[in-house]
Amino acid sequence: MKLFRGSSGTETIPVQGAQKLTRRSSGLGELSRMWESAEDLCILDLGSTSPANIRHFTEHGHRIYSEDLLTASTDPELLGKNEEGSVVLDSRKFLADNLVYPAARFDVVLCWNLPDYLDESLVKPVVGRLWSVLKPGGMLLAFFHTRDAGPDSPCHRFHIVGTDVLEMQKIVLRREARRGPTGAIHTAISEGFQLQRVFNNRHIETLFRDFASIKFFLARDNIREVLVVR
Amino acid sequence: MSAPASGLGLAQIGKSVIVKGELSGSEDLYVDGQVEGTIALKGNSLTVGPNGQVKASVEAKGVVVQGKLEGNIQASDRVELRKSAIVTGDISTQRISIEEGAYLKGKVDIHKTDK
Repeated sequence: MKLFRGSSGTETIPVQGAQKLTRRSSGLGELSRMWESAEDLCILDLGSTSPANIRHFTEHGHRIYSEDLLTASTDPELLGKNEEGSVVLDSRKFLADNLVYPAARFDVVLCWNLPDYLDESLVKPVVGRLWSVLKPGGMLLAFFHTRDAGPDSPCHRFHIVGTDVLEMQKIVLRREARRGPTGAIHTAISEGFQLQRVFNNRHIETLFRDFASIKFFLARDNIREVLVVR
Repeated sequence: MSAPASGLGLAQIGKSVIVKGELSGSEDLYVDGQVEGTIALKGNSLTVGPNGQVKASVEAKGVVVQGKLEGNIQASDRVELRKSAIVTGDISTQRISIEEGAYLKGKVDIHKTDK
């Protein structure tokens, strides 16, 4: 597993990037077959709030929960130090404030690219929590960069625009506005979340070892899509 | 968007006002200050202005959020989250409109009433 340590260190108010790309998603296509033939599913979207996704699921008669975990992970109150004195995030506090749901609540969880960009200290606890909030037989979709990705791989948000089509929008973060020496307000725009690591297949299988099954879909854009069943 | 001009049928809570308790009424309400408690406006609309900070469960016909709202929303007609909205709570309504840039942490449940 390749690690790219560090965080963006910026105030986390996502600003909508102008550029949008589309990509076909085999994992999404497989999930769509399920939710288009079922009723009243309970879906958890862990990406940035997406009006398109909310519209998509509510129009199909499902209930959707939206929780932007990546933004939540940048809460300064999570910062602490471990025994070696290194800065780490408090995963207990994170899970006390986020992903708080009754057990076996969701039929589908959309992780998108969360594991690739989430702080190291939160990845396993979050996956463990997701296992518990998924119903037996429930499915989770996650995207992982392949080894060709570098630390500058941009973080995207994903909007469902078709049965198996996603619109990808680069996330750009805005620094907190500060008043400069002349009194003018300065707002620096910085690049989005930083890729923390690249998982190989074995690491992905280990990460989801408590799940019943795992399926990989490899795409041309060096993204591995993973569909796991609880 | 600036605060609406005051007139008949629209109550306003200004930017500097803090209210704690149960708010209910039979007219539309514009909140640009702080409200903590419950808001019940059956048959009328609630607008949370850009400076508004509401920590309350809300029941109304329509709800428009431009500021911050922490609490569940039950709207018999429509909910609108503008791009500056920050909403933490579950939303139950007939119709919903969410602008790009709005933040929601919670559930969206659409229920259609039979005509």
